[in-house]
Amino acid sequence: MGKEKINQYFNNIQANDQHLFVPYIVAGDGENGVQNLPERIQFLQDSGAAAIELGIPFSDPVADGPTIQEGSIRALEQGTTLKKVLDVLAEDKETRTIPIVLMTYVNPIFVFGIERFAAECERVGVDGIIIPDIPLEEEDLIAEALTTHNIAFIRLAALTSTPERLQEIARRSEGFLYAVAVKGTTGVRTSHEDNISTYLTTLKKHASVPVLAGFGVSNPQQAHELGAHCDGVIVGSKIVDLLHQGKKAKVRTLIEESINKQEVGT
Amino acid sequence: MTTYTMPDYRGRFGDFGGRFVPELLMPALLELEEAYKEAKKDDSFMEELDYYLKEYVGRETPLYEAKNLAKKLGSGRIFLKREDLNHTGAHKINNSIGQALLAKRMGKKKIVAETGAGQHGVATATVCALLDLECIVFMGELDVERQALNVFRMELLGAEVKSVAQGSGTLKDAVNEALRYWVSNVEDTHYILGSVVGPHPFPKIVRDFQAVIGQETKRQIQVHTGKLPNHIIAAVGGGSNAIGMFHPFIDDEAVKLYGVEAGGLGLASGKHAATLSAGETGVLHGTMTQLLQSESGQIKEAFSISAGLDYPGVGPEHSHLAASKRVTYDSITDEEALEAFQLLSKTEGIIPALESSHAIAYAIKLAKEVPANETIVINLSGRGDKDVQQVKNKLEER
Repeated sequence: MGKEKINQYFNNIQANDQHLFVPYIVAGDGENGVQNLPERIQFLQDSGAAAIELGIPFSDPVADGPTIQEGSIRALEQGTTLKKVLDVLAEDKETRTIPIVLMTYVNPIFVFGIERFAAECERVGVDGIIIPDIPLEEEDLIAEALTTHNIAFIRLAALTSTPERLQEIARRSEGFLYAVAVKGTTGVRTSHEDNISTYLTTLKKHASVPVLAGFGVSNPQQAHELGAHCDGVIVGSKIVDLLHQGKKAKVRTLIEESINKQEVGT
Repeated sequence: MTTYTMPDYRGRFGDFGGRFVPELLMPALLELEEAYKEAKKDDSFMEELDYYLKEYVGRETPLYEAKNLAKKLGSGRIFLKREDLNHTGAHKINNSIGQALLAKRMGKKKIVAETGAGQHGVATATVCALLDLECIVFMGELDVERQALNVFRMELLGAEVKSVAQGSGTLKDAVNEALRYWVSNVEDTHYILGSVVGPHPFPKIVRDFQAVIGQETKRQIQVHTGKLPNHIIAAVGGGSNAIGMFHPFIDDEAVKLYGVEAGGLGLASGKHAATLSAGETGVLHGTMTQLLQSESGQIKEAFSISAGLDYPGVGPEHSHLAASKRVTYDSITDEEALEAFQLLSKTEGIIPALESSHAIAYAIKLAKEVPANETIVINLSGRGDKDVQQVKNKLEER
């Protein structure tokens, strides 16, 4: 469970010479709300995902662009809460093989109770946590509870971070390191900044865990371009959008074409 | 006597405050903190700020004795701190001018701001026109409709107003969009946050720029009465006018401080903006503070007749001052505020902003309870010209 599970699952994929691909979905978005999670998780696992980033919807997601904002509103309108998501995850904990990483803004877990949250994550088989509004300066609110329950605390690095901060973020990250690849919010972009390869290379150098690039990544070509400088990608808005439109076959194609290194679009 | 030195180096006011923001913004917050520290030590910066406050904003503002009101209430002496007489009609410009000068000093050419009713947006657009800065103001869709004239005012001043359709289309959503814009343009843009909310160092910087209100009041009241006042009252939405007034008095423990929140249709109705009276601790817009939120940690919509108080959070320093009981927080309903709005207009010939009317309504209640030899100061944070249409409609509905 936790860090070891992410480590092992990633190793198996990388041993097959594949890029790591982590899809993001909003928990509770789509038909039947949170009840569709076991089926969606199974589908993404079968499609070749390395882990699933499960977004806990929040009313005020300042790091997110329009697509994920809208998905969050749809999920909240269906009554999604952190507790309901955890309860559903508990149901198929034993049969699920793919690592589960929760993405949540700090407020829903603060209100839930930090220690209670970490204990619940361990109980229901959550392996890692991403919290976009906890920078280095505020980590002590949650770090100890996550360590106690062996939950990987995945840190986010940014293109605006100073070299010293990048080094510290890379050093601390557990499970994997989330390299935010744009100066902005989540959402589809046609291209990334010129200095992106230097940034990813720097993070690779300092991190003891795999480095995944996310934000603005939406197609296999970008996955391969970025994947050349790190271990893989995280794709959010594009997946949320395709699932919302009911285009599951396209999600599968996107994942398959992104992970296989021989299918580089050259 | 202990000296009040909040916030600490992490931007904490006791259990509240902090910097709960994406890593992307951290370098900008650290840069701002450093630039502000340097600026405060730089005499030429402080002189420039003083120059604009005096010559452009029109400070100092009078501390006017409301004798007619006191007579009507049969109370002790009542003084109004006339922030309504500032250029652009409210206290907001004290902060906008300070932060705009700071932005220039940091070499930023673009300004982003949020606004609810439009007071902070207009103040910021004004100083950007003065200092030749590009200005983008985010405003909720609903507020754009309700305050069409202020939208035109900002455009006249050269600002670009962006309507925000997300969420409820009010101030909270405008802050979200301003933060998102800042995340995407952080290298050449400064965010002039309009209240003592948001991540450190904003609550400190905004407070310091607004503290001129309390500093002047402290001098002026001693000229009038030869001593400090017994009671000071200010309205609290995000809480910038209140902190600006209270801060210089925090160590003067004999002076009783009252923060008045918007009670809307009454606390029992659930339709209010009384964060400190009825909220729970949480994190919104980068700071830990009292919030109106659901049991699962989703932020609720605030409700008030006054757009300037219509915010589901409150400055972290207020949360601390409530927890430490240094300030008494209470709420005033829409109805009570409307009565006070009319009473001050008729007795003193001063039309107060609906925000400030909450403080006046509280003073009316307090005046009946305290001995007649005690002095009350009310922070009249803004003028009510912007509100007359809305008040007219409300009164006709009755």
